[in-house]
Amino acid sequence: MWRNTRRGWGIVSIVLHWTSAVAIVGLFALGWWMTDLGYYHSWYNLAPWWHRSIGVLLFAATILRLIWRAAGSSPALPGARLERLAAELGHLGLYALLVAVLVSGYLISTADGRGISVFGWFEVPALVSDLPRQATLAGTVHWYLALALIGLAIVHMLAALKHHVIDRHDILVRMINPRISRKP
Amino acid sequence: MLKKTALAALTAAALVPMSQAQAADYKIDTEGQHAFVQFKISHLGFSYILGSFEEFSGDFSYDPENLAASSVSMEVDVESLNTNHAERDKHILSEDFLDAGEYPTATFTSTGFESTGEGEGVLTGELSLHGKTQDIEMNVEHIGGGEDPWGNYRQGFEGSTTLTLADFDIDMSSMPEPMQTLELYVTFEGIRQ
Repeated sequence: MWRNTRRGWGIVSIVLHWTSAVAIVGLFALGWWMTDLGYYHSWYNLAPWWHRSIGVLLFAATILRLIWRAAGSSPALPGARLERLAAELGHLGLYALLVAVLVSGYLISTADGRGISVFGWFEVPALVSDLPRQATLAGTVHWYLALALIGLAIVHMLAALKHHVIDRHDILVRMINPRISRKP
Repeated sequence: MLKKTALAALTAAALVPMSQAQAADYKIDTEGQHAFVQFKISHLGFSYILGSFEEFSGDFSYDPENLAASSVSMEVDVESLNTNHAERDKHILSEDFLDAGEYPTATFTSTGFESTGEGEGVLTGELSLHGKTQDIEMNVEHIGGGEDPWGNYRQGFEGSTTLTLADFDIDMSSMPEPMQTLELYVTFEGIRQ
């Protein structure tokens, strides 16, 4: 139930997958909206505060997710050899883009050597700071990689729907229902 | 006759090095960092934001006997702006304000000097910032100078001026009245070359 099997995803992976999905789409929309806010908007300071705090939590969840995935097994992929290879590459791309977007975001806020406060609960220290033009360059990278991540996530979603509707595979159902992992 | 000419030549020869020693070229001491380019701008009319540009270079020519002939030029790396807050720095450097990607350097070249008293005066010059060049006036003061303890010869100055940001096409229209201008403060020592 908790762990993944060759048959399906366990609860841990399912919860991490869907909370990440909601967080990624939410952070993208919030980030897009907040960077155009006028100085006098009441959310001018609050929106980035939420964005940074959720971003750090997503970072932690992503590290946990990658460890969980690497340590356990994962369900077998359906389809032809080339299709399975495309799926592996697509998933690798999603993970890589996600980590790069998280790291570049962290590098913006810590460019002057100050840490990031997470909802005022605790502070993540700055590890890399004072690189030349750090905040500006990290900001540019953050924006374009976030666009790429959302683009690939849309492809990911369309592929999942194609498998579900056209090929009648259970890949979408097994990312929702953890009981499938226990089917013989 | 010959004696007179020789005397004149001797006098001239003696005077030349002296006058050269008076009008000298100096390099702004950015290596030892005895030089600062700072600004102060209102925040909402409540307090001030202080910031500085950390990377710049420049030199000047200074002749205490002929101050009008003095000149100075400086080049500032706009990207080196620091207000102690990375996200604010990023915003100030973005297209909303300084657009440092498009206009990475700011320069100042003096065009004249008028003395207004002992060790002080008004320096005029061209300031290029955000792709716009404007004539500005800066109140400057000679603070001190002489032999330093390490074998060099230095002169030090300070100067300040108020800039209206709209003159440099920097859009502050969404900001309140006190934020339309900023105070620029520069102080440096130069080492005689």
